[in-house]
Amino acid sequence: MNTSAPPTPPRLALVNVSKAFGAVQALRGVTIELYAGEVHALAGENGAGKSTVVKTFAGVHRPDSGEVRLDGEPVVFNGPADAQAAGVAVIYQEPTLFPDLSVAENIFMGRQPRTSLGRIDRKAMHAAAADLFARLGVALDPRQPARGLSIADQQVVEIAKAISRDAKVLIMDEPTAALTGQEVARLFAVTRTLQQAGCAILFISHRLEEIFELCQRVTTLRDGTWVGTEPLDGLTADDLVQRMVGRELEELYPKQEVAPGPVALKVSRLTREGVFTDVSFQVRRGEIVALAGLVGAGRSEVARAIFGVDRWDAGEVEVDGTRLPPASPTAAMAAGLAFVPEDRRQQGLVMDMSIERNIGLTQLRSLRRASGPGPLISRRVERDRARDWALRLQLKFSRLSDAVGVLSGGNQQKVVLAKWLATEPSVLIVDEPTRGIDVGTKAEVHRLLSELAARNMAVLMISSDLPEVLGMADRVLVMHEGRLVAEIPRAEATEESVMAAATGRRVGKEAA
Amino acid sequence: MAEATGTVRGRDAGAGRLVRWDVVVTALLVAVFFGGVGISPDFGGTDNLSFALGDLGEIALIALPMTLLVVCGQVDLSVASVLGLAGALTGRLWEAGWAFEAIVPAVLAVGALCGLINGLLVTRLGLPSLAVTIGTLSLYRGLAYVVLGTEAVSQFPARYAELTTTAVPGTPIPYQIALFALLAVVTALVLHATGVGRAMFAIGAQEDAAFHAGIRVKRIKLALFAVSGLTAAFAGVVYTLRYGSARADNGMGLELAVIAAVLLGGVDFNGGKGTLGGVISGVLLIGLLRNLLMLNDVATEIQSVVTGLLLIVSVLTPRLVGMARERRARRRPAAAST
Repeated sequence: MNTSAPPTPPRLALVNVSKAFGAVQALRGVTIELYAGEVHALAGENGAGKSTVVKTFAGVHRPDSGEVRLDGEPVVFNGPADAQAAGVAVIYQEPTLFPDLSVAENIFMGRQPRTSLGRIDRKAMHAAAADLFARLGVALDPRQPARGLSIADQQVVEIAKAISRDAKVLIMDEPTAALTGQEVARLFAVTRTLQQAGCAILFISHRLEEIFELCQRVTTLRDGTWVGTEPLDGLTADDLVQRMVGRELEELYPKQEVAPGPVALKVSRLTREGVFTDVSFQVRRGEIVALAGLVGAGRSEVARAIFGVDRWDAGEVEVDGTRLPPASPTAAMAAGLAFVPEDRRQQGLVMDMSIERNIGLTQLRSLRRASGPGPLISRRVERDRARDWALRLQLKFSRLSDAVGVLSGGNQQKVVLAKWLATEPSVLIVDEPTRGIDVGTKAEVHRLLSELAARNMAVLMISSDLPEVLGMADRVLVMHEGRLVAEIPRAEATEESVMAAATGRRVGKEAA
Repeated sequence: MAEATGTVRGRDAGAGRLVRWDVVVTALLVAVFFGGVGISPDFGGTDNLSFALGDLGEIALIALPMTLLVVCGQVDLSVASVLGLAGALTGRLWEAGWAFEAIVPAVLAVGALCGLINGLLVTRLGLPSLAVTIGTLSLYRGLAYVVLGTEAVSQFPARYAELTTTAVPGTPIPYQIALFALLAVVTALVLHATGVGRAMFAIGAQEDAAFHAGIRVKRIKLALFAVSGLTAAFAGVVYTLRYGSARADNGMGLELAVIAAVLLGGVDFNGGKGTLGGVISGVLLIGLLRNLLMLNDVATEIQSVVTGLLLIVSVLTPRLVGMARERRARRRPAAAST
């Protein structure tokens, strides 16, 4: 563990770097040094400047002042190609491979080994790829097309590509956000292999426990300024959070006790062939019910069918006693359902559209009615309502007419919540409500969900974040391979009991 | 924190650049007008302008639903064929002795049906509208020939024909352009001030998100294709009366002029962006250019070259401007650091 400064200069460093985008000062005098054989964490809330640091290392941005140093020498990266040539590789949260090419072709894109005739030497290429995977200790077939690989496997392909390019610095920008527990473990094993081989690694994650597990030192940013760099040894998660938010964090899981009211959502024997089977449960007003399970267990699919964006083959759904027709989101909304989907960028928001229009999109009819007689929508009514919800959710924005795409992930999620809460639903379904958003906003979302339940809403929450499930839910429903296998009350819900059910090792109390 | 002033201008998705594009097209319109007056002395006269506007009627009318379709990320290439089919049907039924008052609703119904078929193929089968309407472009034109062959029918009732060649009394504005003006106001309100308009922008920008917000995406698309067919059929009747001749090849290739006008007006071919004001400027610009070329006896082949170039320029320019702006933005901070 490198607590004292090693004698060799850092592999790659930002020294006193500042960077502004228009009026926004993204970085202010930030210094961060990556040493060979060290995994360095970069911590900070959304908007703290982490992405700008990554992009500066990657050669996408050039600092306004300060410098980038490679092995102690100042360098200028005039683009990502320069950074790549200097041995810097970046692994993003969602890699972009060529889906129709094989894994090996993706790794050796543009550098394919050739036969003496000048043709691509597939045999050599596959062997080299297999060799890389062996070094990383993962089982992947080099011949398989990239299409259909899990995100975790895609990241491994990206890492293999980086190694084959002889990368000396690996920047990992939230690589674990979309991974399951086992996939994270494999990624960590690969990362440690690279660390032992002498790579300098920068690791970014919103999950603090991952930082503590993998990294040796941490640099914290807040609002674009450098807060500190220190060894993780001897630091607690609370210390780290406090450095990130600059204040004592409110409780992350502010769950209020609420006496459950009448049943608001009733799902009976819902089946979609090949996806989920015979799913029955109820959610009462005032309750937060979590739907837990491994990725692929069918949780999101159940939620999508309830809301009507997917069809179901059998069963029925009732909201406040009204039976929903299948496959009609419009009817579901009219009955009082709201659904915050998992994929914020594709399904939750129209990224190019303004904040106000995104918020208003779910209430076009009620906006028209509020605008007076006639078919027109008043811009003022639309804006006032959007502003009202933006303020209630403490959205950080400069103008309501700004495209929602310019907001940070956490703020985007608030816009999605705003657009659904503005429909005044009686049942709110949220799918991974805090994925990829910072701790501060996460606590706000949790407080909001808790308040909504206290105000008599029924909340169904899908989450892969176990502490969130345990911290927020009154009851935990667990799915395994398309079936509801357990219903665990709050008092009995532990990581072990939920995971046991999720992995099919234990069948708990039969679900209703 | 929440500093929520914001202007009401430029509110539609990514409007910043487009509003400027509107201005560019409008400025171009003015430039072409005065340039035209300089080149051809007849050009600026009321008679000629009135004629030029009348000549533009079909393109202008069809451009309205086309704008809505393109905003939704769709396109209808079959409009000129529906126009031709409508003309052929008008001729055939007139020849068969139908009353003109009965012919019009029948022809409009056929037009709407043609549009509905396009819409059903797109929404039910999930086919791309470009491919579907290239198919029906050929299909509907073929049907026009089935209906009328190569003959030409004329001698339509003068009181209807006159409506397409004369101006509203006391003004130089032809009847079809007066109708266009009225419909343009309605279309602008629908697109920019109603919930359906909001939904169209959302569909064009991110269909999946629109669907997840409970918007009836398919229903809106289907309705738009039907309206597009209906409008094209109406334009077909106008065209037939205006030329006093129903032929199966009426309005061949007109769809490109319509699409050129819409794109020239700043509507993004990928959907989600655009204003109706821009399209009106685009329509007028195309009309003036066509008239100017005609006055100067430029061959029709060259006219189609000009239409083609305009189409490319209108798609290319905003992109080039965007690229230049991005490059400048990238260079500026680097320069400032030294």
